[in-house]
This record gives sequence, C-alpha cells and structure tokens, in this order.
Amino acid sequence: MSAEAHNDHAVDHHDHHGDDHDHGSFKTYMIGFLLSVVLTAIPFWLVMTGALPAAATGLIITAFAVVQIIVHMIFFLHMNHKSEGGWNMLALIFTIVVVVIAVAGSVWVMYHLNVNMMPTHDMQTMG
Amino acid sequence: MSHASSLNPDYVDEAGRPIYHPVEEPHHPEGHSTMLGFWMYLMSDCLIFAMLFAVYGVIGANYAAGPAPKDLFDLPLVALNTSMLLFSSITYGFAMLAMVKNRTAQMQAWLAITGVFGLCFLGIELYEFAHMIHLGATPQRSGFLSAFFVLVGTHGLHVTFGTIWLVTLMVQVWRKGLIPANKRRLMCLSLFWHFLDVIWIGVFTFVYLFGMLR
Repeated sequence: MSAEAHNDHAVDHHDHHGDDHDHGSFKTYMIGFLLSVVLTAIPFWLVMTGALPAAATGLIITAFAVVQIIVHMIFFLHMNHKSEGGWNMLALIFTIVVVVIAVAGSVWVMYHLNVNMMPTHDMQTMG
Repeated sequence: MSHASSLNPDYVDEAGRPIYHPVEEPHHPEGHSTMLGFWMYLMSDCLIFAMLFAVYGVIGANYAAGPAPKDLFDLPLVALNTSMLLFSSITYGFAMLAMVKNRTAQMQAWLAITGVFGLCFLGIELYEFAHMIHLGATPQRSGFLSAFFVLVGTHGLHVTFGTIWLVTLMVQVWRKGLIPANKRRLMCLSLFWHFLDVIWIGVFTFVYLFGMLR
C-alpha cells in the first residue's frame, strides 16, 4: 500500500513536473525572433542615420531595449508568473529591484561626487 | 485508497489519516529543483553584470584624453555581431523544440548551427578587440576602456563557456542519448544562452549605441 501510494505520487509529480516547463512552440519562437529583429534594427537605424536629435534617440533606444528584454523573457526564456510555482518570477522581481537600486544609486552618487569634487574658479575666493 | 489518494500520499498513514510529522523527508524525483536553482544562479549572474554596467555608467566617459567611442566603435560590425547572437538564440530554440519531440539528430544539427553562430560572435568580438588594441585603445589607456573591456569581455567569456558547454552536451547526447539528465542539462544551457542574449541587449544599447550618441 505504502509503496503503491508512493509510486502514484512519483508519477503524479513527474507529470506535473513535465507541465511546469513551457518549451514554447515554433510559432512563439518565430514571433519572439521577428519582434527582436525589429526592436534591434530600429535603434541601430536611428543612431546610424541620426534621424532624430540625440536626446530623443537616447530615450527611444532605451525604451526599445526594455521592450526587447521583456520580449526575450517571454518568448525565449518562457517566463510567466506560474513557472516553478511563481518562484522564478519572485526571484526575478527581487533581482530587478536590487539591480535598479545598485545601478541607479551608483551612477547618481558618483555623478554628484564627481561634480562636487571638480576644482572650480570659486577656489580663489574661498580664502 | 481513494481517500488516501485524494490527499498527498506522503503525509497519510496506512489508515488514510494525515501524518503531520513524517519520519522521512518526502521523496522528490532527481533534478526536480534544478531549473529553479539554475534560475537563481542566472539572477546572481545578473547582479555581476549590473555591477559592471554601473562601473561603465560611472567611468564610461573618462577618456583621459584618449580615444572616445566615436573613434573606436564600428556600428555595422556591432549590428552583425548582434545578429549572430540573435540567430544563435532562435536556432537554440529550434534545438529545444526538436528535443521535446525526441528527434536527436535534428536537435544535434540545430545545436551545431548554434555553436557556429556562437563562434562567429566570438570571432567578430575578438577581431574588434584586436583592432582596438592595435590602435592603442588598450584596457589600461583610460577609465572608459577599462570599463568597456571588463563589461564586454565578461559577456564574451560567458559566451565562450556557453559554447564549451554546448559542445560538451552534444558529446553527452551523442554518447548517452536524450536521457532525462541530458534534457535537463540542455534546458539549463537554453536558459543560459538566452540570458546572454538578454545581457547583450543592454551592451549594444548602453555601450555601443549610447557611445555613438555622445
């Protein structure tokens, strides 16, 4: 009885395990690939031709990079809120929070440090 | 039995009563947590790249009167490199689709094509590095170049090890076939390979494209 129940459980678990991993399909890979090609080609074209002012180009290529990362996450890495019982998504959200704090914080702090440490003409009047 | 199977069988005794403190840990099939563990590794790898991006963001404009991105970067070459990595991502995807259908030969062919794209990427990147060093733009020339070589070099090193791993798994599948352990390994490499493409999106946007805008 015990062994039988145990076996049932193993089979159940295995089936569940198989369903857990989304391998995608030819269609989802092609959608992801075509979206990536478009989302890569437009930023390169904008920078290479200089069709827009630098500030606008910077904003647009940042937005395209964010969208392309999300496209890769969904169509290539098969991320969804259910994979591994939601732990994948939770780890990803935690990582994004840490990355944003670390990168934005470093750049912000070091920028101000740099600006405030610059020798300026005011030095002569400080005596 | 019907009562027992409606509950988790590891947690009921023979009479079907629940057991709250099992003597033995419940059995889990081998490798059931590998994918989650590998995802955790990728997230920690993500933090390494975040630090390198932060360093590049802080000192990426310190040229020390040396060459700037506009003097060094060749965007058509970067576009070609980007397409190599993108093609390798889709061909690895096709290898995984073949793996799910247990078509070993087809999967090995797609893996080989993926490996060739990976080697093309590395070849182009090494050519770019060699060209820059030839021009005197070495890692020790300026803060910008130190940060550039460490960030792009770390990504390139990941692609190198990914390619070695890919060849290793092709040999494993050739020798042992598509056993569950090999499928699991191929799924881990799939995450790793697509993850490197995600990092490359950040590299070509924030290093190369933004470099040309400055």
